Amino acid sequence: MSSTSNYWGLIKNGIFAENPIFRVALSLCPAVAVSSGLKNGFLMGVAVLFVQTMVNVTVSIIRRFIHPKVRIPSYMFVIATWVTVTDLMMAAFARDVYRQMGLYIQLIVAYAIILSRAELFASKNKVAPSFFDGLGMGIGFFFALIVISFFRELLGKGSLWGIPIVDFKPMLIMILPTGGFFAVGILMGLFNWIDIRFFGGGGASGGGH
Amino acid sequence: MEKTDKQQLIVTVSPHIKSEESVTRIMWSVNLSLLPAITMGAYFFGPKALFVTVLCIISSLLSEYFVQKGLKKKVTVSDGSAFLTGLLLGMNLPSSLWSFSPFTIHIPVIGSVVAIIITKQLFGGLGYNIFNPALIGRAFLLISFPKAMTIWNTPSSAFFGLDAKTAATPLGILKEEGAQKLIEAFGDTTNLYSQLLLGHRAGSIGETSAIALLFGAGFLMYKRYITWHLPISFLASAALLAWVFGGKDMQTGKMLLFHGDPVVHLLSGGIILGAFFMATDYVTCPSVRRGQIVFGIGCGALTMLIRLKGGYPEGVMFAILLMNCFAPLIDKNMRTRVFGFVKKKETKQ
Repeated sequence: MSSTSNYWGLIKNGIFAENPIFRVALSLCPAVAVSSGLKNGFLMGVAVLFVQTMVNVTVSIIRRFIHPKVRIPSYMFVIATWVTVTDLMMAAFARDVYRQMGLYIQLIVAYAIILSRAELFASKNKVAPSFFDGLGMGIGFFFALIVISFFRELLGKGSLWGIPIVDFKPMLIMILPTGGFFAVGILMGLFNWIDIRFFGGGGASGGGH
Repeated sequence: MEKTDKQQLIVTVSPHIKSEESVTRIMWSVNLSLLPAITMGAYFFGPKALFVTVLCIISSLLSEYFVQKGLKKKVTVSDGSAFLTGLLLGMNLPSSLWSFSPFTIHIPVIGSVVAIIITKQLFGGLGYNIFNPALIGRAFLLISFPKAMTIWNTPSSAFFGLDAKTAATPLGILKEEGAQKLIEAFGDTTNLYSQLLLGHRAGSIGETSAIALLFGAGFLMYKRYITWHLPISFLASAALLAWVFGGKDMQTGKMLLFHGDPVVHLLSGGIILGAFFMATDYVTCPSVRRGQIVFGIGCGALTMLIRLKGGYPEGVMFAILLMNCFAPLIDKNMRTRVFGFVKKKETKQ
């Protein structure tokens, strides 16, 4: 686990093979709740990317000092710390957005994907691979949110990044939670199809929350 | 069996006596039974009504064909089920959707695509869908395009009448302005009842004419494709709740128990179309008779809950969709006893 190709493989793993939303189906809750607009999706993706990477690095550094019996509370402390950092930074530098998204940023604490990567990967690996794993997972989540929120905003509001671009009557359902499930489900199917058709994968998908 | 020189014995597993019935035959019979209602719809709302319905049918058939081709399944467009979905969806839409400015012709097409591709084929095709495809199509459209979906044209008996005035549906008037106003709008109570029975009112294309729908339903019952259990329990529970809770004191606006008008509630809205043609969909309703009664009562209760207390004036669609979720549960808990099976005594304390 030291050559650069392995690190590249870890990043690719997070984006394609174990994409948090489309393949592992974890953290669907924020994927549906926050992705009604491209701007929200982008910022949430960046926040999760940052928290995931930093949590993986921190957990990997302190992995030898944590007794196995208290590892989950310890990870939660680490995650809560980095979420607070993100929260305060957003409150300081992006006030307008923070007013809309503040609650969801704090909820990153409870995202299944972050805890599961800390438990499954960072607690068993050295710092450098953990960093790249967190980066890959974060980019995968970011990518998924961008794709979902792109379609939802375009079809639901007829705009992108808040700028109106099409003139037809949009489908209101797509910015409601129902539309979020439609978008996630159809894109998940599409990714499975791509995986089976072009990469010979099994098209597996688990369940999560 | 072809007769050959040698008399052959055919060895097969049971069943040995087969009836003429098939899915295809039942589906086309249901399509046929909807003919009177769609004729009345076309008579009241003009050629626009026919255009909307035909558009729904064509886009449903095309969606079915292309999705089955795309998923490499056997193409079963001719079995009439996609035709039926399109027809039912079209009958549930307002005729005002056929309009070029504002452009709303794409709306029936989107509804058909959602109904056939997402609700039916992605869940496994005919027989595997959890929800009634036509109703999901309509729910999708109602939530997506709330304004275009609630512009109701007034019926005109002149087939080529060019005036397309808009009006509120009877349930809309009942919800917004009260029962007194509804009777005033139609003259007197007798006139109101007869107009509602005939279908001379604003509403979706195929839902207005109660008498034509009942004629079609009678045909289905005569052919035994549907039984009385589900529709009657649906209508009876809705009527009972309408009678008990539907009344309103004009001065105070408070609820007046046992003063509601069940006839208005049964004849307006889509409850007759829903009870006889959509709740009874074989795939999405329980197959046990007792379960069908429970299903019908649930539909009736939810319909009246939405009509009297909810935000929408009409609740048949959401009531049936909600009960669709419960159909497997009802089936599981209301299985008939197997012949010759003796119930074991409870051994648990």
